Parts: sequence; structure tokens; C-alpha cells
Amino acid sequence: MLDISPAEWTAILLSLRVAVIATLVATPFGIALAWLLARRDFWGKSVLDAVVHLPLVLPPVVTGYLLLLTFGRRGLVGGFLADHLGIVFAFRWTGAALACGVMSFPLLVRPMRLSIEAIDRKLEQAAETLGAAPFKVFFTVTLPLALPGVLAGMVLGFAKAIGEFGATITFVSNIPGETQTISSAIYSLIQTPDGDAAAGRLVIVSIVLALGALIGAEWFARRATQRLHGN
Amino acid sequence: MLRVDVEKQLGEFSLHATFASEGRVTGLFGASGAGKSSLINMIAGLLLPDRGTIVIDGETVDDTASGIHVPTYRRRIGYVFQDARLFPHLNVAQNLDYGRRMNRLAHDPAQHTRVVELLDIGALLDRRPGKLSGGERQRVALGRALLSKPRLLLLDEPLGALDEARKLEILPYLVRLRDEANIPMVYVSHDVAELRQLATQIVMLRQGRVTSFGGVKVLT
Repeated sequence: MLDISPAEWTAILLSLRVAVIATLVATPFGIALAWLLARRDFWGKSVLDAVVHLPLVLPPVVTGYLLLLTFGRRGLVGGFLADHLGIVFAFRWTGAALACGVMSFPLLVRPMRLSIEAIDRKLEQAAETLGAAPFKVFFTVTLPLALPGVLAGMVLGFAKAIGEFGATITFVSNIPGETQTISSAIYSLIQTPDGDAAAGRLVIVSIVLALGALIGAEWFARRATQRLHGN
Repeated sequence: MLRVDVEKQLGEFSLHATFASEGRVTGLFGASGAGKSSLINMIAGLLLPDRGTIVIDGETVDDTASGIHVPTYRRRIGYVFQDARLFPHLNVAQNLDYGRRMNRLAHDPAQHTRVVELLDIGALLDRRPGKLSGGERQRVALGRALLSKPRLLLLDEPLGALDEARKLEILPYLVRLRDEANIPMVYVSHDVAELRQLATQIVMLRQGRVTSFGGVKVLT
């Protein structure tokens, strides 16, 4: 079947690692933000909402460049993290994960937010009358009911993260074995003579991963509806 | 047992209600829009009064003058809503157990059995709320509220969403509850017949004011 070379495997596995880490780290922030946007009114809410969606509409190269300015070795945050915690993002796979996490964040948050908004607040009130403090209401009622939406957001975010290209290559370049994901590997291959076959194989892998993620997200969304109807 | 003296402005509507009740079942009676639900929600702590005090069982849970507002989850009340509000992701047994878990109460199998038998819900324990009839849902909601061991049970038109036949199915359970459970109740309704059967005291509301207060006789 597909005769995938070791170099291609390296890119595929790196993409998977980057996307998994990006999704797992982004999820708690995503849930918190989704809850905030769905359940609270506060000053600057629309601005926060816009900032979250910014990576969706900004040219990815701009996002990547901003990440480089902020999280690069000489960046404000990057310099601090490198000097005090030893965490380096620039030209490392961790930087690729950061770029993918930021780029996929709007897609990850959206289904989470929608599923929290769809939960009847009266159920949360009922939980409170039964003696549940707000954080218990969240963990015993809100989160379980939103779980299918949370998983759908994770799947979508993962799918976006695994295909991210522009911001990643701008921020952490295209280093085989360190920052060369499937997308940047394809980009290099199609600029190389005789790279077509290898590029084609990676394209097929990309399509399979993306399709799987979309089908997964759809399945979780259906489960969410069933759950809310108490079946 | 329950002392209420509150004021609340809700848009054009102003609510100003004062009453004290020692009865086993205090019936809050009035037409829709008379302020019954706002009043019971203030007793529950879900709605904040603009001014006034609420005292449950000797504990001041609201006193705007001294800035006291005990949050709902610390009031140790039970609340049965018109629309049951069972948790759809939990089965009946887990719904019933929810209040005990949240209040960190010890298991009390004797009380559990008593409530389940009183309400006749033993056969439903494994089911999800989505698979229950309206009447069954309301009985489970009653059981769930009782098992959280409240010191006051609030019922907001618990039969309001049911048809006549279902109402007649549930009423006997409520009468038994009044006579056996030994928990004071506030029962909101606009149905005279319902209150005649259940209430021991009536607070009559009209347009946000208490117009009469007394025994069931005030209903006539």
C-alpha cells in the first residue's frame, strides 16, 4: 500500500505529537474560556471574544511572526520563560505545539461554548438548591452535560492543529525531526525534484486524519443532543 | 418557622410581601403574575430582595440592612420546580442521591427506603429521566428534594405541568408527604382545590401584595 519512508514517518509522528500536546494543553483553557463566554457577562467580553477568534482571520504568517516576537528567545515572554524556567519555544517542537495551539484555539473553544450555552441554566439552579456550591455545580452538572461538545472541540482543534502550516513555519521554521510537520514536509517535497510521490503519500495521510477528525466531531455532536434529551 | 418581609422591584412590577408562618404547609395563592414565583425564589435565595429580611427556622438567610445573603446552596432547602428539572445525564437513583452527595450526608438507607416507598418510585431507579412520564418525573423530583434532608421544602406549582388525571395521581403522595415527612412546606399554586386539600395556612397574593393571611377558609 502506502510505502512510507522513515523521514515521512518522522514528520507524521511529529505532527501527531505536536497536535496532541497542543490540544491537551489548550483544552483546560478552552473549557474555562468557553464557560466564561457562555455564562458570564463582564466588561470587555466582546473584545475577548474577538481576540480568541483573531487567529482564524489573521494571516497565519502574521500570527507566527507575533509569536516569534513574543515567545522568541528575545521576546518579552519567551526571554522570561527561557531564563527562569528553561522553557524554549523558538525553533523547537514545543514552539510548533504553541503555534498549533494558538491557531486551533478558536475552533476548539467554539463547540465547547455552544454546548455550555445549550445547557438549561435551570438545571444548574436545581443543583444549587440541592446544596451544590458553584464549582460543584460546574463539575457535576455543567461539565458532564457539555462533555460531548468538549470532546468535539478537542477533535476539531486537533484536526486544525495537525494541518497548521503558516504560523508554525514562520515561528519555528522547517527543521526535519524537530519542527518539520506533515504540512511543512509536503511544502519542502513539492519544491524538490522527484518529491511528488512522497508528497502524495503525506497528502493522503492528511486527508485520512482530517476526515477521521470530522467524522469524530460529528459523532460527538450527535451524542451531545441525545444526552441533553435524557436518553 | 418562616418569616418573610421583602420588597423587590421587577421592571414595572413591584412586590412587597410580609408574612410569618408556623404551619406545616403554607399555601402561596394568587393568579399568575401575582408574584408567587418571585417570592418563593427569594426564599430559595435564587432571587435577591431589594430590601427586607427572610428568616428560615430561626436563621436569618436574608437581611439587606446588614448585608446578609446566604447563598442558595447553604440554605438547606428543598425545591420542587414545576418542570421537575431532573439531571438528564443521571439515572433516577443518581438523581435521588445527588443532594446527599452535595451536602456530604451519611448514607441513610432507612430514609431512602421510606422516601422511595412513599413516592412509589422503586421501579424507576435504573431509568433515565428521558424515559419517565410527567407524573413519574415529578415524584422523582420530590424524592430528590426530600433526600437532601431540607429544613424547608419549597414547591412551585409542582402539578402545574400535569393534566387532570396526573394531578389526581400525585396529590395523594403530597398529602402523605405532609402527614408523614414532617418537613414544613411552602406550596405555590393558583388552584383553590389543590390548596384546600394540602395547605394548613394560606398567604393570598394579589399584584405583589399580601391581601389576606390565615387558615384555608380565606380561600372562599
